[in-house]
Amino acid sequence: MAAPIGRIVLPGDTFSFEQLQPPDEHKKILLGPGLREEKAEIKVLRPGILRFRKPAVYWIDCHHKRYIPAKGDSVIGIVNQKVGDIFRVDIGSSEQASLSYLSFEGSTKRNRPDVKVGDIVYSKLLVANKDMEPEIVCIDSYGRSSGMGVIRNGGFLFHTSLNLARKLLNPQCTLLKCLGNRFQFEISVGVNGRVWVKAGNDVQTIALVNSVIVSEFKDNDQIKEMCKRISKAVVRMEID
Amino acid sequence: MSSFTVVKTEDLDAEQEKGSACVLRGQTSDLGCLTRQDGSVSLSQGDTTSIAVVYGPAEVRINKEQIDRATVDVVYRPKVGLPRPEHRKQERILKNTLEAAIAANLHPRSSISIIIQETEDLGSNLSCCINSSCLALLDAAVSMNFMVAAVTVAMKENSDMVLDPMKRDETEAKSVITYVFDSMKLQVLTIVSNGKFSRAEYKRGLSLAREAVKSVLQFYRESMSKKLLMSE
Repeated sequence: MAAPIGRIVLPGDTFSFEQLQPPDEHKKILLGPGLREEKAEIKVLRPGILRFRKPAVYWIDCHHKRYIPAKGDSVIGIVNQKVGDIFRVDIGSSEQASLSYLSFEGSTKRNRPDVKVGDIVYSKLLVANKDMEPEIVCIDSYGRSSGMGVIRNGGFLFHTSLNLARKLLNPQCTLLKCLGNRFQFEISVGVNGRVWVKAGNDVQTIALVNSVIVSEFKDNDQIKEMCKRISKAVVRMEID
Repeated sequence: MSSFTVVKTEDLDAEQEKGSACVLRGQTSDLGCLTRQDGSVSLSQGDTTSIAVVYGPAEVRINKEQIDRATVDVVYRPKVGLPRPEHRKQERILKNTLEAAIAANLHPRSSISIIIQETEDLGSNLSCCINSSCLALLDAAVSMNFMVAAVTVAMKENSDMVLDPMKRDETEAKSVITYVFDSMKLQVLTIVSNGKFSRAEYKRGLSLAREAVKSVLQFYRESMSKKLLMSE
């Protein structure tokens, strides 16, 4: 019996290695989130849809609201505290992440970055380990910011489920394409489910936020229809 | 092997009139009924209803922190008044059962808290609470080794068995046993009993509950499928 790829699996379901062995006899199987090897069997830990990618990668696609840090993820955090040389940043995980003041572009011991408590930062996870405090940085390995850093000049931050955030980050995302055709706005999405939006005025911002939240359970045709309606409504409100 | 059927709530009275007491009352669930929590569910088993919510893995208070595993916290809120010792006991039962199911070692130094609000207790409340908290954990996608499912059996004076008893059956019965099973091998995880029963009666109740619990697990699968395929 082959593995139920694309079907629902629940915690406690088990597969044998033979079941998961892909047809081209690839030697190594890579297990992603939600799967674990136990007693020569593969066990499901989370409810979700079993996914497969060539050559032999398996993972569970599940609906999350709580973020669990993973190395290399781009997240949006809120600076909560300043302790000596580091900032404590809330990234939505079980523990606050630490952010060194030296991990900003162009910052030195003398030239400190301008970060205050309450600021939001777009950053990357450098250390993510279940036994250690997560650490985030606002520079890449070349020491450049590459789009990361403190997000300034207003805008609006809100939370969504992690699935929706991943959907928005998909280059083929219908919602952002549709909204982009009708509005002028800036958006940044963290995989921790936080989304920051800034539009020309408040009416547009509210409309954008609502359309992002509502889009989670809509298909592409419904999203297109919704964008059309929202842009009409916004235009009418702006005239009033 | 005992047989049983799942009946709709509206047909229940007729079914019980007929004297076939081996029925599981119809179950309905509303996954994600609350939005701010990581996982939430409102589960009704017949007329018995409870709401369970899950937060986690979240930040843990320093005095409850365990360095090798997540702290599992269960809070039970009765329908009226403040929690009493009997509710504390129920919290303890739920905590011990769910701790076995949750893969707590995957999230050290965090807390997984489960809050259960009783909304209507018309018999088999404990099994409803256990099933709703398991569904809430599934909704929050907390890592679990297996799922848990509970079924209550009441034994009458004439040693008749009533599956998923209503309040009236529970008070009339000489004993009430709640069996909790794991989803992998349907092994007994927890037994909560009240009253007198013989070994033979216990075994008969066990085999009846073990048959019935399969439909509870099937119900979990259907509920989760609906939720996950909706966000596809």
